[in-house]
Amino acid sequence: MHTFLLFAAAFLACTVEMVEALTIVLAVAVTRGWRSAGWGIAAALGALAVIIAALGPALATIPIDSLRVVVGALLLIFGLQWLRKAILRASGLKALHDEEAIYEAEIAALTADGERRPHDWYAFTVAFKGVFLEGLEVAFIVVTFGGAQHNVGIAVLGAVAALVIVLIAGAFVHGPLTRVPENTLKFGVGVMLTSFGIFWSAEGAGVKWPGGDVALLALIAFVVSAAFVLVAVLRRAHGSLKAAAA
Amino acid sequence: MKWLGDFGRFWYDFVIGDDWTIAVAVIIAIGLTSALVHRGWNAWPVLPVFVVAALAASSWRALR
Repeated sequence: MHTFLLFAAAFLACTVEMVEALTIVLAVAVTRGWRSAGWGIAAALGALAVIIAALGPALATIPIDSLRVVVGALLLIFGLQWLRKAILRASGLKALHDEEAIYEAEIAALTADGERRPHDWYAFTVAFKGVFLEGLEVAFIVVTFGGAQHNVGIAVLGAVAALVIVLIAGAFVHGPLTRVPENTLKFGVGVMLTSFGIFWSAEGAGVKWPGGDVALLALIAFVVSAAFVLVAVLRRAHGSLKAAAA
Repeated sequence: MKWLGDFGRFWYDFVIGDDWTIAVAVIIAIGLTSALVHRGWNAWPVLPVFVVAALAASSWRALR
């Protein structure tokens, strides 16, 4: 059960980050060509591989309880940030993330830069930056999720599954993945990260969860319920404020 | 030095995000849980309650 949830959380979180990276890469490749963009992607993947190779084994040497407190706290802070944004979007307080608008803005910026050159450093840099920064986020998720359970393999598997699915979807669509229900995904990821973060950081602090691993399911249900209540309350309050202002 | 600042800002935006009070609340809640466990109470309810309260307060501030 725990292993499946770990896989699902890593898979969903990595899917969101990879959709964002794909949007940038497609915008660069379509406007400036695949050659320099391809080098940028390859260089970013190489840099990420070095970082993961350096960080992964180091995590195995840290005592599990200390690791769980640190990783749990990081996941909790990070997950709450995602969940907060998803709640604000669902309640109409924040605009929905629009991959198509981001794609169009990237295209406009890349076209405005001028003519293509044989070695297009601009395309290289934009592709490198997009893949490296989104990839760092994927690496963070994989390393923290895998590290806290001393099971990096299952988190890597979740990330690889996400990569395969996003690449296949990108190849079929030939454009930004606008139909991905990104806010719903972010809502789900925020819930998973927050629940895992609570579970691990409390365990690291010495807590014994009633029911053991089953407590994780109860935590997920608790966080989902709280998030839905918050969306309903904020939506109503937002509506009242708008009506009062009109 | 600029890239170092940019790199630090990236991690701050990535982990802490728009509202730093959530990070502070999480650290306080973990510290409180640890202190209560060391005093002999299996303080499992503290963190979930604190976390949801911090989320609610932060979201409510966004409304204002």
